[in-house]
Amino acid sequence: MEDMYHMDRAMTGTQDIKISARDVNVYYGEKHAIKNVSVEIADKTVTAFIGPSGCGKSTFLRCINRMNDTIDIARVTGNILIDGEDITDPRVDPVQLRAKVGMVFQKPNPFPKSIYDNVAYGPKIHGMSRNKTDLDEIVERALRRGAIWEEVKDRLHEPGTGLSGGQQQRLCIARAVATEPEVLLMDEPCSALDPIATAQVEELIDELRQNYSVVIVTHSMQQAARVSQKTAFFHLGDMVEYGETDKIFTNPEDPRTESYISGRIG
Amino acid sequence: MSAGLVFLIVVLIAFAGFVVGRRRALATAGGDPRKLHSLPGYYGQTVFIFAAAPALLLLVVWMLAQPFYVENRTSGLIDTADIAAGSSRDLVMADVRRISGGIDTLVAIGGQSEADIATMDAQEVDVRKLLAGVGVALGSDVNRSVFEAAKSYRGTTDTMNLIRTVLVIIASLAGAAYAYTRINPEYRARNVSEYAIKLLLIACSSIAILTTVGIVLSLVFETYHFFQLYPAKDFFFSMTWNPQFRGGSDLGILPLLWGTLYVSFIALLFAVPIGLMAAIYTAEYASPLVRSFVKPAIEVLAGIPTIVYGLFALVTVGPLLRDYFAQPLGLGNSSSSVMTAGVVMGIMLIPFVSSLSDDVINAVPQAMRDGSSGLGATHSETVRKVILPAALPGIVGAILLAASRAIGETMIVVLGAGAAAKISANPFEAMTTITVKIVSQLTGDTEFASPETLVAFALGLSLFVVTLGLNIIALVIVRKYREQYE
Ligand SMILES: Nc1ncnc2c1ncn2[C@@H]1O[C@H](COP(=O)(O)OP(=O)(O)OP(=O)(O)O)[C@@H](O)[C@H]1O
Ligand SMILES: [Mg+2]
Repeated sequence: MEDMYHMDRAMTGTQDIKISARDVNVYYGEKHAIKNVSVEIADKTVTAFIGPSGCGKSTFLRCINRMNDTIDIARVTGNILIDGEDITDPRVDPVQLRAKVGMVFQKPNPFPKSIYDNVAYGPKIHGMSRNKTDLDEIVERALRRGAIWEEVKDRLHEPGTGLSGGQQQRLCIARAVATEPEVLLMDEPCSALDPIATAQVEELIDELRQNYSVVIVTHSMQQAARVSQKTAFFHLGDMVEYGETDKIFTNPEDPRTESYISGRIG
Repeated sequence: MSAGLVFLIVVLIAFAGFVVGRRRALATAGGDPRKLHSLPGYYGQTVFIFAAAPALLLLVVWMLAQPFYVENRTSGLIDTADIAAGSSRDLVMADVRRISGGIDTLVAIGGQSEADIATMDAQEVDVRKLLAGVGVALGSDVNRSVFEAAKSYRGTTDTMNLIRTVLVIIASLAGAAYAYTRINPEYRARNVSEYAIKLLLIACSSIAILTTVGIVLSLVFETYHFFQLYPAKDFFFSMTWNPQFRGGSDLGILPLLWGTLYVSFIALLFAVPIGLMAAIYTAEYASPLVRSFVKPAIEVLAGIPTIVYGLFALVTVGPLLRDYFAQPLGLGNSSSSVMTAGVVMGIMLIPFVSSLSDDVINAVPQAMRDGSSGLGATHSETVRKVILPAALPGIVGAILLAASRAIGETMIVVLGAGAAAKISANPFEAMTTITVKIVSQLTGDTEFASPETLVAFALGLSLFVVTLGLNIIALVIVRKYREQYE
């Protein structure tokens, strides 16, 4: 009995539910941006959100680390559980939540600080380093994972805002992974990157999957197919279809998914 | 014809030119605006510019130059004997101008004809009485040569005005005609009118700069006069300020400078932390509703006249500080003190710091806040580590503006800190500032010949140099900061 339980866990090990959303609705004032979305996101998996522009991918992503709290007119209903804990509960501290659920924003937003300070920002406020050497190591590791170390290692103390758009985006990725989040939300992380940097970021995503759960919004079907195991298709605020990436791309159930993937909606 | 009327005529000509020019541009293109290099309106504008700009320029230059020419011609007519002892030709010329204006009134309402005036002789008629009859009062009787000069002054002015009117209108018409004939579909009207707009903008910014240069030059000039009468070494290094109108005064700037800086320092000590925190509250923490009440409420403070703050200092804050702080601590028993003026001035400066800082904090992009809170930073960490550093140049600017206000403030100091020039570290003693002393040196006898009055210019220039220095320091700070962060 005991053994069986263990075996069961081992087999479904990669399929543990990390995030579970139930009946999530988001309103921006009168506008109903997310309609009754329920989804279960597995641990140690990459989940891709795809869908036409304005369908609510970013909005739903922002629910997962409660970034919608910062928008006055936004109202969220429903429940989102991370590791079984309901994060929509007002008693949950969004600050702690966000330390655990990192985010890379759609538009690169480096702080007007040096490259080093940008990356060191999170580790510093969470007290992750004991001394300067520690911090240096954390920063270097994060920049390497962000696939930008080689480009900036000689100019760590120059401002992060002086980098090119694509470099800024990778800096933001490095900044987000530096705090070692358990869940990483990435909103179109490669929209400003060239193919080489994109490949590096995709490699990073694959690496992160070993330990974390990654949710990525993307407009590139190829990217979704390459990096993700699960895919959710959003359309006009509804989550139309959710399932194994392979299945969504080869054999979608809903005609809307079909048309989007073959390029007819969007 | 008066200058105002000439101006109006030129504008009318220019407007007519605009309409005609626009129509002609369309006509040359056969009614199809696409064949024109620029939109038809631009062709109209070129005619407008050529009709108005040179003519108005001529008008302005003429109006500036004409008085010199007329005075030159008429002042020679005054007999040297008619210039009273103790007076001067310039003072008599002032009379001439008044009389000439009086003659106009005489003709208009006094019932005299032009012919009467032409033959009138100041030896036979009492011009002073005549003019008094139409409400023009003169300080002395009118001598013959002065009256003749006035008549000539009036005549010359009239002729010159007529010539002016004619020339300006001709210039306007000629300009319009020139631009009109140049209109054809290939003519680059848009570039011409863009260039004219650029010139206009340059002219406006040079007016601001030239005024500043003019003010500084006049300060420098008068200060130079002062230093010829009073040794610069004593002015800059003497520790006493003790002006005597009979001469032999001590005019050392140090006590005043000390008072100015001390009062401003205390004022900023109050205003900067309070204002900055108020700004952080309104910009970062207050809900939109609260903000819409609190922000204007704080800004009302900026609308209170400084004399009212002065009264507040004199009647309330001064006695309060004396009774509860200065006397119990044994630090003095004067209700006028540096502290009183500093505190009240600090209150006055709060809105300067808070309102501007609020604006710059608000201007920090939301993406910065999102980025920081997305990494798990608390609100106050975000404010301290991201928002304030990003807003720092603007905040330094706000503080600097407040500092310049503090240094230039007069009323609060007069009523709050007193008028005793002295150097002391005790903030509960009465002291005074540069601006207060400028005022007191210039009230009453204002003949700018003695060091006691000219010192006001030297003080003003020093004040200017201090504020300029502050500005430069702030610029350096801001630039250094920018290098680090942008
Ligand atoms: N702050 C906001 N205030 C009001 N409406 C908003 C706000 N943010 C998003 N919306 C609306 O919500 C809907 C979903 O927006 P969202 O940003 O989630 O789209 P998206 O799927 O991420 O699109 P894209 O692919 O273009 O990034 C849109 O119709 C948008 O207009
Ligand atoms: Mg989006």
